[in-house]
Amino acid sequence: MKIRPAIEATGLRKSFGDKLVLDGIDIVVPAGSIYSLLGPNGAGKTTAVKIMSSLIPADSGEVWIDGHDLATDPNFVRASIGVTGQFSAVDDMLTGRENLRLMAELNHLGKREGRRRAEDLLERFDLAEAAKKSPAQYSGGMRRRLDLAMTLVGDPRVIFLDEPTTGLDPRSRRTMWEIIRGLAADGVTIFLTTQYLDEADELADRIAVLDNGKLVAQGTAAQLKQLIPGGHVELRFADTLALRAAARVLDGGRVDEAALTLQVPSDGDVASVRALLDRLRDARVENASLAVHTPDLDDVFFALTGHPTLDTQQEKETV
Amino acid sequence: MSTATIHPMSDSLTMLRRQLRHSVRNMSTLFNAVFFPIIMLLMFVYIFGGAFNVGVEYVQYVFPGILTMTIAYGVSMTAITVNNDMTQGIIDRFRTMAISRASVLTGHAGGALIRTLAGVTVITLVALLMGFEPNAEFGEWVLAVLLSAFLILGMAWMVIAFGLKAKTVEGASFAAFPLLFLPFMSSAFAPASTMPAGIRWFTDNQPFTPIIETMRGLLTGTPIGNSGLAAVLWCTGLLLAGYAWARRAYATSGR
Repeated sequence: MKIRPAIEATGLRKSFGDKLVLDGIDIVVPAGSIYSLLGPNGAGKTTAVKIMSSLIPADSGEVWIDGHDLATDPNFVRASIGVTGQFSAVDDMLTGRENLRLMAELNHLGKREGRRRAEDLLERFDLAEAAKKSPAQYSGGMRRRLDLAMTLVGDPRVIFLDEPTTGLDPRSRRTMWEIIRGLAADGVTIFLTTQYLDEADELADRIAVLDNGKLVAQGTAAQLKQLIPGGHVELRFADTLALRAAARVLDGGRVDEAALTLQVPSDGDVASVRALLDRLRDARVENASLAVHTPDLDDVFFALTGHPTLDTQQEKETV
Repeated sequence: MSTATIHPMSDSLTMLRRQLRHSVRNMSTLFNAVFFPIIMLLMFVYIFGGAFNVGVEYVQYVFPGILTMTIAYGVSMTAITVNNDMTQGIIDRFRTMAISRASVLTGHAGGALIRTLAGVTVITLVALLMGFEPNAEFGEWVLAVLLSAFLILGMAWMVIAFGLKAKTVEGASFAAFPLLFLPFMSSAFAPASTMPAGIRWFTDNQPFTPIIETMRGLLTGTPIGNSGLAAVLWCTGLLLAGYAWARRAYATSGR
């Protein structure tokens, strides 16, 4: 038998009525790596997860997970995967501990092993103190942790995480990232969807950009950043006079008279920035402020899709 | 885990235990399954009953009807518990696990059965305390329990399908409304023979009347006649149609 990657999807297509949601996407995820599907709301990320996790059938295309064909062996696939969706899938009528034990029973772990696993996960996900409470009383971060802990009871080889940090506060988000990294370090394959570029940048070995049902780019964060021209230095001036004087000295820059800014291509290293400032000083032009902008995934996203992400554009560094 | 052996029995029992936990923790299911029927029984016997002339002590006449109503109320809550599962995301977790597909639904049906039988037991004890005097022999008691269980399961599968189909919890409780309403338009509280022709036709031909008449016959010895067969046919029909509909609704939901 041919050795297959942990996740291999080819030619996935799906429409809901007239609306084409996935327009033939191909995904390959080697075992033990983190793969991130990045895209804005409505790009088709959740649909892709639902298809690959056996919740809904694709209109066409093939999915192989952990060496099993989803079309012919759905139960083998289900035995290998764990899914934590965008909306929490916990039982509010049970306690946190009972939720984990329910999963242990459904995974047929046996009573002793199931209890041990539940206690381990409560401890590991910092839920031991809240074990006797209903998840309805948990914070958003705790709920998400319980949700993921439930997914882990069955010891899945492949985990699908659909926007695991959407709606979490920054601290809970960091905690979630730590947990995800830990899982990958243990050899679990992770398929993660997100609309946050920093999340993909932070976690993923490989990123695919999904826009309007198509993968518009795939690669490592570094590879994606190379797809677009380098960064720039943005100089801001006190008045139009200074702006125009600077534009004469530094030709090739992009002038924005309304914002009183001049953008000059630069890779942002200290020597070239210093040289640039020296030229302005020699010409006796006073600039009010300077910002170095290195390309980030926002730029990549904008360049690839023609529209920005939900994240506001942020300058990387302000001098 | 890379095994993919499915264990329908053990999964169904797990789901049943989950439902029983839910039942005892959810005040509104408990209220509808146990307390509401007691209130109805007290009301009908001590408040309205005095004005009704049915030829025997009113508790003697009304109890089989209240019993059937207890079943309807107990089962109706399942529409909401099923719908909660569907709308709260946990169902997607179950669907992505290598467990028996039917176990989620059989858990609900089993939960409805046990919860409602508990309500039936309590209401029977209360009726006995209030002076209800059954003249049933052992065999008739067994048949009454079997008919109760059969009716509960038949209605439960119907209600499970309602719960699966409804988009919201409000919709699910509305779909279960006929269960709560039909007992009033039956021979539960007054003999059908006392009603005007049009209503009488409806009362005679809806499922609750033959079921109640059969129950009354088994417990108090009134003639059963054709009602027994009609009751069994109604329960069988509900069970088969409800089961098929619910399985189909479950297989296609979420798409």
